[in-house]
Amino acid sequence: MELEKYSRQILFEPIGQRGQEKLLQSRVAIIGCGALGAVQAEALARAGVGFLRLADRDFVEESNLQRQIMFEERDARERLPKAIACQRRIRRINSDIRVEALAADVNPTNIEEIIGDVDLVLDGTDNFETRYLINDACVKHGKPWIYGAAVGSYGLSMTIIPHETPCFRCVLEQLPPPGSSPTCDTVGVILPIVFMIASIQVVEALKLLTGQRDQLHRSIIQIDVWQATCHRIKLGALLEKSDCPTCRHGRYEFLDARIRHLASGLCGRNAVYISQSKRVQIDLPSLAERLRSVGPVKLTEHLLSFHINGYEITLFADGHCIVKGTTDVDLARKLYAQYIGA
Amino acid sequence: MRVIINGEPREVPDRVNVEELIEYLGLRGERIAVERNREIVRRADWTTTLIEEGDELEIVHFVGGG
Repeated sequence: MELEKYSRQILFEPIGQRGQEKLLQSRVAIIGCGALGAVQAEALARAGVGFLRLADRDFVEESNLQRQIMFEERDARERLPKAIACQRRIRRINSDIRVEALAADVNPTNIEEIIGDVDLVLDGTDNFETRYLINDACVKHGKPWIYGAAVGSYGLSMTIIPHETPCFRCVLEQLPPPGSSPTCDTVGVILPIVFMIASIQVVEALKLLTGQRDQLHRSIIQIDVWQATCHRIKLGALLEKSDCPTCRHGRYEFLDARIRHLASGLCGRNAVYISQSKRVQIDLPSLAERLRSVGPVKLTEHLLSFHINGYEITLFADGHCIVKGTTDVDLARKLYAQYIGA
Repeated sequence: MRVIINGEPREVPDRVNVEELIEYLGLRGERIAVERNREIVRRADWTTTLIEEGDELEIVHFVGGG
């Protein structure tokens, strides 16, 4: 392996040649490749992390481009799944590393497989439910994961090492009800906070992957880039005092799908997202044939989309679907049942 | 009484516990974690943890975007 590419990183003493060799041997899963996930993916690809698995259920749209650095106008025109667009770009950035793209919904049926053979999981998702699911799967399998989130000019991050630090549920016990906090939908988001939070996640990742757990920040870091403020909460002795259902009692309620919403609003969009409770594989070309009686259908290598009564329905081969033009979950489910089937 | 919340001095009612303080600040039902004098307060201990004059509190809001 040619190490010249990484010479400036190797000169950085805390990483060095040994650290670089570890990075090249490392495997990371990034769940969600929108704003945060794209920065993480690009930074880790450039750093020479040997294997990246990128999972995302969404496709690229014009309104993403202001903050999702992996994507270009052409990707939006082609409605490319974000995981695929990310993979293409990473291959141009660093051809030494392996990149796997999953244009799919991450849910209880597949998450254990997705995280099973990686050293670390990075959070690039846009919703709490998937984060609790990541937490369950990572605690169950003893995988570290790094939470990060950003809205407006504000964001925060926390690194979870199962049974060594408090887990996500130790700190935030309940799945919050929808609509109880600001989202990108209501207050927007600007790119600088995305860079800051993703950068904190990436630094933690570099420390973990090079075996330097003693260097982790061991806190919840919150930053408001507009206010230019940064606060930290030390996690200290919380784990010892915790009565957490997940990491203390081994109850994986999200992984066991006891707590799950099969349909939910999407961050930043007038749209509803619908997922599958079991594994399915949809034959998109034959469904496209059937739907042509309803109206024009657009079929690409990765997805199918059509318009009905002013709504736009986009379906992926794993059965997950985005209904655009409404935030009414029941209506979206009805359209799904009507045109795609249960 | 006067306490410090996220680095800023603030007047709050006397003899409140963490739960009441959160209510007073209009943050009930929000996704937050609270640190008092450099120690995070478990959610289950909010009602039994009293706030004292001069306490330094950090309140973190969890958000979902990404």
